[in-house]
Amino acid sequence: MLIFTVVGSFWLEIFLRVGVLKQVRRLLLTIVPVALLFITWDAYAISRKQWHFDPKQITGIHGPFHIPLEEYLFFVIVPIAAIMTLEAVKKRRPHWVVGR
Amino acid sequence: MSYTQLAIIATLSALVLDLFIVRTRLVRGKAFWTSYAIILPFQLLTNWWLTSRNIVMYNPKTFLGKRLAGAPLEDLLFGFALILSTLTLWVWLGRSRSAAKIDR
Repeated sequence: MLIFTVVGSFWLEIFLRVGVLKQVRRLLLTIVPVALLFITWDAYAISRKQWHFDPKQITGIHGPFHIPLEEYLFFVIVPIAAIMTLEAVKKRRPHWVVGR
Repeated sequence: MSYTQLAIIATLSALVLDLFIVRTRLVRGKAFWTSYAIILPFQLLTNWWLTSRNIVMYNPKTFLGKRLAGAPLEDLLFGFALILSTLTLWVWLGRSRSAAKIDR
């Protein structure tokens, strides 16, 4: 499903030239704080058994706090996909004011 | 705290960040909602895939019990908070950069 998200959104980088991946600093400053909060949430939910993952259907690689690798990747890939979507919308609708 | 409570707190926090703290006010413009409308079906599709194959399983005690595309309704708020906070920071960082250029 992560590959699906990458395929579904990263073409915007190539064909609409949204230029998201070039803005490394801005991207890191956006992703890191949000990811830290959501990973904390994920760790809490996993520790309280609010959700769990089928061990047979994940890589089995776990990072800190018993969080599967796929979850860490999720909090990197999904935000990038969302940013690319917004930048693509802005590109197609340049007259829409964003962030005033 | 339950998934329901955390999802509501996260959504309100993202709204406060957008509207009152960095004042990007994305939720008052078309670009954010158009992006969200594009993202949402993919979220639902992904949720349906992950839950129908039991890749991710939710504890019924922790959410209200209503499901949408296989995942708890709360997951909508989870996704919304994630997307809004990400886009708010992204736009805010872009704005402060272009403002710095103008001010020099």
